[in-house]
Amino acid sequence: MGVTRIAWLVARKDLRVEWASKVFTNQVLPFAAVTMVIFAFALDADVVLERVAPGLVWLATLFSLLVLVQRSFAIENEDGALDATRVAGVDPRAIFAGKALALAVELVILEAMLLLAAVVLYGQDVPIEGVPLLAVTSITATCGLAAVGTLYGGLAAGFTGRETLLPLLTLPAVAPVLIGATRAVEAALGTAGAVVSDGWPWVGLLTVFAVAFGVGGALAFGPLIDE
Amino acid sequence: MTTLHPAASRATDAVAGSPRRAGTGTTATRILGIATIVSMCWLVAFGLGFSPADRDQEEAVRLLYVHVPTIWLAYLAFVVTAVSSAMYLWRRSLGWDRLAGASAELGVVFMAVTLVVGALWGRLTWGVFWQWDARLTTTALLFVTYIGYLAVRNLGGSHAQRATRSAVLGLLAVLEIPLVHFSVQLWRSLHQGRTFEPNDTNMDGLMLFSLFVGVIAFTLLYTWLIIHRTRAMAMEDMIDDRGLDDALAARRAEAAAVPGADEEAH
Repeated sequence: MGVTRIAWLVARKDLRVEWASKVFTNQVLPFAAVTMVIFAFALDADVVLERVAPGLVWLATLFSLLVLVQRSFAIENEDGALDATRVAGVDPRAIFAGKALALAVELVILEAMLLLAAVVLYGQDVPIEGVPLLAVTSITATCGLAAVGTLYGGLAAGFTGRETLLPLLTLPAVAPVLIGATRAVEAALGTAGAVVSDGWPWVGLLTVFAVAFGVGGALAFGPLIDE
Repeated sequence: MTTLHPAASRATDAVAGSPRRAGTGTTATRILGIATIVSMCWLVAFGLGFSPADRDQEEAVRLLYVHVPTIWLAYLAFVVTAVSSAMYLWRRSLGWDRLAGASAELGVVFMAVTLVVGALWGRLTWGVFWQWDARLTTTALLFVTYIGYLAVRNLGGSHAQRATRSAVLGLLAVLEIPLVHFSVQLWRSLHQGRTFEPNDTNMDGLMLFSLFVGVIAFTLLYTWLIIHRTRAMAMEDMIDDRGLDDALAARRAEAAAVPGADEEAH
C-alpha cells in the first residue's frame, strides 16, 4: 500500500473516531466558544475587542489545537494502537500525514466557527473582497498548525507526565503562524486600516512554514514515536 | 558500556575507587580554570575600572561588557547543540548527545543572564525593561524553545532514546528559529518605531577592548563549564547503567545477611 493510501486511511480512521465519540463537537467547539467569551471579560472594552478580534480568533485556535492534539494521540495510546501500527510496519510518514490531515479538517471547521463567533460577538464585518484571502489564510495556517501539532503530539501527548510538555513545545514553534495569520486576517477584514493586498505576503510566510514543517515533521515523526 | 572521552577516563577512575581525587577535574581543566579566573579579573578591572563611562549611557554601558559576551555565548552554545545533535544522529555515539545536552543547559543559563542584564540596561537607558523589537522577541522565543528541549531531555527512558529524541528536537529547533526570526522581523518592521542599537558604532577604543576581554573571559568560562558538565553527565549515565547491577547486588547482600529471610517471604 502506498503512503498516500495509508495516510488517507489513517485520516479517515481518526475522523470516524471523532464522529463516533463526538468529543470534537461536544467538548472542543464549546471550549473554543467559551474562550471567545472570556476574552471579552478580560478585555472589557468593545473598541479594544474589535481591534484585536483577528488575534483573539487565532489565540482561541491555538488553545484548541493543544486540546485537539492531546485528544488525537490519547486515542492512539489507549490500547497501544500507535505502537501496534508501527510494529505492523506502517510507514511513519503515512501515519504523520494521516493524523495531520484529520487534525487539519477539524481545525478548519473550528476556525470557521471562530470566525462566525468573531462576527457575532466582536462586531466584525467580512468584506466580500477579503473572502479569498480569508480562505487561503485559513488553509495555509491550518496546514502549518496541523503539522507542528502532530509532530509534537507524537512526542508529548498521550503519555502520563508528558502531556504538560505539549504546550511548551508547540506554542513557540507556532509563533510565526500566529503572527502571520493574525496579520493576514486583519488585512482581510480591514482592521485598523489594513487593505487586502497587505495580507498576501503573510500568506507566503504561512506557506513556507507549512512546507517546512510538513517535510520536517514527516521526517522527524518516525524517530520521535519509535520508543 | 558507555563510550567516554579519553580525558574523562581519569574522572571515571575516581568513580571506580582508584586513588585519584574524585571529581571531573583534570590538568587541562585546571589550566583552563585558572585562565578563566585571570581573564574574569581582567574583565572586572577593565569593565568596572579602566574603561570610561559612555557619553550618552554613562555608567550603564558597563552592563554591556557582560550582556554582549553572554548573548554571543548563548548563540555559540545553541550552535554547538545543533551540530552535536546532527553528529549524534550520524555517529550514534552518546558523547555527542551529552555535549548537545550540556551545551543547551549552558545556552539557557547564558541566555537568562543576557535577558536579565539586558532588561536592567534597557531600564537605565530606554526607561523600559522590555521592547517588542525583532531581536528581543526572537531571543525570548529561542530561550523558551531551548527550555522545551531541556524538558524533553528529562523525559526518561534509555540513553539512546533520550539521545534520539533530543537530537531530533535539536534539529527541529534549527528549523524553527529562522522561521520565527523572519516572521518576527517582518512583523516588527510594520511598526517603524524608534530603533535602539545597544552597540554604538563609534565605541571608544578602551571600551571595545573591554568588550573583547569580556568575550574571551566568557568563552573560557563556557569551555570550562562544558567540559565539566559533559564529564558529570557521563558519570550520571554510568550510575544509571550500573543502577540495576547495584540493586541486584544489594538484594543478594540482604539475602545473605538474613539467611531465613527468603523462605519467610514465600
